[in-house]
Amino acid sequence: MLSRVAEQLYWFGRHIERAENSARLVAVNANLMLDLPRPFQRIWANVIDISGSNDLFYPSYGKADEDCVLQFMLSDETNPSSMLCCVRMARDNARSSREILPPEAWETINELYLYVRDNAVLGTDPGERLGYLQRVIRYCQQVTGMLFGSMGHGSAYSFKRIGRNLERADMSTRIIDVGCVNLLPGGDDSATAYAELLWLNILNSLGSYQIYRQHVKVRPYGEDVVEFLFKYVDAPRSVLHCLEEIRTCLLRLPGNEAPLQTLELARNRVKAADIAQLLEQDNLHGFIDEVQLGLGNIHAQVERVWFRY
Amino acid sequence: MNLDRYPLAGLYDELLTPQGRARPGLERMLTTLQELSYQELAACRSDAEQAIATMGITFTVYSEAGNIDRQWPYDVIPRPILHSEWKQVERGLVQRLTALNLFIGDVYNDQRIIRDQVVPAQLLHTSKNFRKECQGMKPAQGVWAHICGTDLVRGSDGVMYVLEDNLRVPSGVSYMLENRRLTKLAFPELFENYSVRRLGGYAIHLFETLNSISPRPLDYPEIVVLTPGIYNSAYFEHSFLARQLGAELVEGTDLVVGDDDCVYMKTIAGLAPVDVVYRRIDDLFLDPEVFRNDSVLGVPGIMRAWRNGKVGLANAPGAGVADDKLVYTYVPDMIRYYLDEDPLLPNVPSYRCDDDQQRRHVLANLDKLVLKPANESGGYGIVIGPQASRATLAQVAQRIKADPRGYIAQLPVNLSTVPTLCDGRIEPRHVDLRPFVLQGDDSYVTAGGLTRVALTPGSLIVNSSQGGGSKDTWVIAGGRN
Repeated sequence: MLSRVAEQLYWFGRHIERAENSARLVAVNANLMLDLPRPFQRIWANVIDISGSNDLFYPSYGKADEDCVLQFMLSDETNPSSMLCCVRMARDNARSSREILPPEAWETINELYLYVRDNAVLGTDPGERLGYLQRVIRYCQQVTGMLFGSMGHGSAYSFKRIGRNLERADMSTRIIDVGCVNLLPGGDDSATAYAELLWLNILNSLGSYQIYRQHVKVRPYGEDVVEFLFKYVDAPRSVLHCLEEIRTCLLRLPGNEAPLQTLELARNRVKAADIAQLLEQDNLHGFIDEVQLGLGNIHAQVERVWFRY
Repeated sequence: MNLDRYPLAGLYDELLTPQGRARPGLERMLTTLQELSYQELAACRSDAEQAIATMGITFTVYSEAGNIDRQWPYDVIPRPILHSEWKQVERGLVQRLTALNLFIGDVYNDQRIIRDQVVPAQLLHTSKNFRKECQGMKPAQGVWAHICGTDLVRGSDGVMYVLEDNLRVPSGVSYMLENRRLTKLAFPELFENYSVRRLGGYAIHLFETLNSISPRPLDYPEIVVLTPGIYNSAYFEHSFLARQLGAELVEGTDLVVGDDDCVYMKTIAGLAPVDVVYRRIDDLFLDPEVFRNDSVLGVPGIMRAWRNGKVGLANAPGAGVADDKLVYTYVPDMIRYYLDEDPLLPNVPSYRCDDDQQRRHVLANLDKLVLKPANESGGYGIVIGPQASRATLAQVAQRIKADPRGYIAQLPVNLSTVPTLCDGRIEPRHVDLRPFVLQGDDSYVTAGGLTRVALTPGSLIVNSSQGGGSKDTWVIAGGRN
């Protein structure tokens, strides 16, 4: 397949995933606000932290209150990670690789874009918001499912899947990172009172609460959650799961030696990590940085070997 | 819907006779339209519009910066043609393209037609689309224009005329195919009474045509569609055709020409050889080594590969020489000269402005003629005399005097009409027709073509870039049952 098309599919996977992540993050936090006895604005600042957009957000919005954050995350045309922009870019990626995508998948992506564009106002309406975001999340999952069910599972699909899983692993590490700053010893006092609720929220942001309960059983707290989100390979949003998925894809591609090596480094690092010890030594943040660097290296290798040789 | 007040005066309508009855063979189509209410028809239209949005059938208008996908305008009432008539048209189209291909091959080689004084040498020396880089080339099958999109119009005299031959990179075939899909979706009840010739075979014939010019005799040649990219007005079509052909859709930067003069595409497994390029970019952008050196859309060296027989190019570079509207005026002579046959499809009566006598006539009758630049396409630069202001006519007179070679004039054709769903009722709207003709080791004509319709009342401008719409075209082989 053409390198340019492979690249488009890779970014398609990333953009759809990123759009879904934005929708999920906003939905879960908006929901959380309703559970808290008093407004806890730090939550919205966290959302901006997680999306890694502080430099873009604060100069134009000033403060991270609900209205500003929602607009920024969902429909801001100047924020390349906003849900609207991600969906639009995903559609552009799909447009440039339409000859490879199943027709019904293109139609669904097109529908998704038109829906997000034409209904952006629903995201700002507390009564409509959750329904709107849920529909977007469902559309994204529908696309993922359609591709799984009706696209050839060859190289093209592998690139899409690599993109999706890199994006997903990246998101999971960000959510853990921000969660830990707020919730682990030394975090904000007002947060500790609701610690359990906030850990639950982290799991929900990653759609993983149910799997966590089934697997870990004990109530969600600190170390267990972090361990689970990094290393439980059967949880579809755990970092290790994403790395395994990427590995499966890389193994199917021609000339995969260098990207595979890079992947193995990151995978071994995650597998070997002693989460309890990292937390004890207050070194989790450093570890997360390492993992994110590893994900960045995988991206660079994929780009160098298959897209821009 | 009641069509009793459908105005027919001075028009040739494709469905109705001047007396307001259905043309023979089309009675049931008229009955179906009469039996449906406006609400029912409007519901068909809204179904179609919904499908167009979802299916992402779009086109681009360059004057609308930033908007690269305007929705495709489509009218639910098909334009009917009887198969008995269409058979004649098909023969005429194949005859015409055969002669044009002989002409192109001749002008780049022996130029017999000039030596025999059928066309003047001057015609080529002054042609903007004559490419000296193509001289001496003999492409596979002797075919230069493999894909042709001839524009046909029917006048109020009922005669089908050739308006122009589009031999460079004609577009519209994907819209023709999508229009059929839309009609089936939105208006299935109309199909109940008629056996309509299917359009589905186009991609297979296109594939075989392209296959026949592959320099390597393989069962599975590597065919690619070369597009300028997503900002091109016809990108939708390029992508559509690539999908239908099972071909890679490539941009210039995806291709390289090696030291062996072969064309390769950059794949995830390294460079892979390419046999045939269906190029949808203009000659002048094709190869910066040979033509415009500022082209970023093209492929450096691709002309070298083609000249050395390492790659098939469709349409061949240089084929546009026959797209010149002054050359068009000689096509009936070419048919007689090369084929020793009488033309089956007439040209619209035309005047050559580079001929002193004819130019004097044109300048004296500007307000009765249509003035066309010889080397534009897409309807750009055309002045319709009877509708133009004095200032416009004065300007065009200046331009003709300054560049007589650059213009032809034609008698205006009052294009035939087809019933069209307008606001609240059915009205006649003017149409043209673009069938697609393929030529490789064999010839093929689509059953019908893309019918373009001028949506503004009375307007004769059908171009989608200028407010035109489109219709499904039905070649009706007979009744059902």
